[in-house]
Amino acid sequence: MSQQHFEGRDRESERGGEPGPDPTPPPTAPAAQSAERDAALDSLLDEIDGVLESNATEFVHGFVQKGGE
Amino acid sequence: MGVRRVMGIETELGITSTQLDPAGRPVTPMVLSGQVVRAYAAGAAPGAALPSGAGWDYADETPLRDARGFEMARALADRSQLTDVEDPTIATSVLSNGARFYVDHAHPEYSSPEVTGPLAAVRYDRAGEEVAWGAVRTLAEEELEVRLYKNNVDGKGASYGTHENYLVPRAVPFDRLARLLIPFLVARPVIAGAGRVGIGQASERPGFQLSQRADYLEAEVGLETTLRRPIVNTRDEPHATPHLHRRLHVIVGDATMADVTTYLALGSLSAVLRVVETHPELLEGMPLAHPVAAAQAISHDPSLQVTVPLADGREMTGLDLVEAHLEAAERAAASGHEPWTGPEDSETEGVLRRWRDVLDTLRRDPSQAAGQVEWVAKHQLLERFRDRAGAGWDDPRIAAMDIQWHDLDPGRGLARKLRAAGQLERLVTPEEVAAAVTEPPPDTRAWFRGEAVRRYGAAGGVRAASWDSVVLVDDRGGLRRVRMDEPTSGSRAAVAGLLDRHTSAASLLSELASEDV
Repeated sequence: MSQQHFEGRDRESERGGEPGPDPTPPPTAPAAQSAERDAALDSLLDEIDGVLESNATEFVHGFVQKGGE
Repeated sequence: MGVRRVMGIETELGITSTQLDPAGRPVTPMVLSGQVVRAYAAGAAPGAALPSGAGWDYADETPLRDARGFEMARALADRSQLTDVEDPTIATSVLSNGARFYVDHAHPEYSSPEVTGPLAAVRYDRAGEEVAWGAVRTLAEEELEVRLYKNNVDGKGASYGTHENYLVPRAVPFDRLARLLIPFLVARPVIAGAGRVGIGQASERPGFQLSQRADYLEAEVGLETTLRRPIVNTRDEPHATPHLHRRLHVIVGDATMADVTTYLALGSLSAVLRVVETHPELLEGMPLAHPVAAAQAISHDPSLQVTVPLADGREMTGLDLVEAHLEAAERAAASGHEPWTGPEDSETEGVLRRWRDVLDTLRRDPSQAAGQVEWVAKHQLLERFRDRAGAGWDDPRIAAMDIQWHDLDPGRGLARKLRAAGQLERLVTPEEVAAAVTEPPPDTRAWFRGEAVRRYGAAGGVRAASWDSVVLVDDRGGLRRVRMDEPTSGSRAAVAGLLDRHTSAASLLSELASEDV
């Protein structure tokens, strides 16, 4: 098999890609944030309650993996 | 530069199914994982992947070479370490986003394309979730049921990895790298853990801990990844010009689904690596007396109050250790030293600011970091359930929710549902993630790899690929390997013109043969 090489010759390419974001969010009032959060958690828990009630033991017992890496 | 460097994340996925083979036995996870890889290539858009039968080019893999300067005899190696031998029953595919999607032992694994910063790493990690979920949907259309979980433990003793890779100059002595990284890797789950129900490798004791992986660490430094797991892995397989680069292979991290957690995991470690390269003296003085025990003590304490002993007799909390590394990075960044400045350094300020913000929040009130730090988000949801149901940490419903947190099905996975409900802050939009499923990052060799797959594919003469090469078929049916030893070669800026001029691999090779590329 013959070979070809690309050299790392293009400095421009090393700077391409990511635009350099500022991902820090605007602050929210902690109290409002946690009330909203509790409501979201309760809504998620209401949704999964029934499913958990019926099959949690079997589901956990059946989740068996082989080691990896 | 700063936190910008070539990096990527490999994720092994947990897999379950109710499928039975013709003899009525459960289908093995190896076969299930093969179904998943085949299904992605079969169900994805045209050009999104090489078919799973197409080969991975193993010529440059050296899984037994040790960064400490020797190579392990093959006969002494555990069979699971021999990852460079092609097994025709193992499916592997190269995706048009430059990633590799394949079967690693008994798990499907998504290895992201090489990117140059933590935000792109988040985007391509999320793209991997969509790749895996796309495969599950295709299998469902074939009436084959499979579930995939982006976690690292089954709670019964098995662990499977999420490995981060960072390109590091070969000139940095490995023993210095290992010594200075250990305290940070021990403490990093405070800001980067996914959370786990159960204490001990087989969840022998009830409780909640920060890290999926802490209880599986057994050594400080070593070559193995499957047994006697070390805090610093010494595999020396650079997938890049060996005399210039190392690939630091970090095996202690968790698979994470909260954007800010993934971003901080990679951003903070890349920053600490840069400090090791430019200002190692800022990190001296933090060696731990008992690193493995410290990793477990910190992980087992969601109150973040436990202290661990340093070699000099002082005691520090996990937060203290993380903050000491942040301060070192802040000082190095303020030094004006060349690797911390310049136009390529657009992400460093954001990483350091976010890191400071999350750390201060955790000090004040950990629950306030639930939108950013995954273990806090999981802990909060489980505590709310415990309050409502009067359940203890040993309740099977709590263990079920811990597993379900990581389900990649958007209709079932608890982390995915919280993300969709706006309770886990997003750093990348669903549209950006969808684009990253098929489009390679522009600024590394992943661009050439991915675009060759997308434009030419198997029919157009792409036979195989590896991290540092693509094997193409020439006009006489011969195989030619295009090498890309430098990870930043093969970028869009460097080779888009070349690809634009050719409609097949053979045609492209004819130009490569006629001039020095």
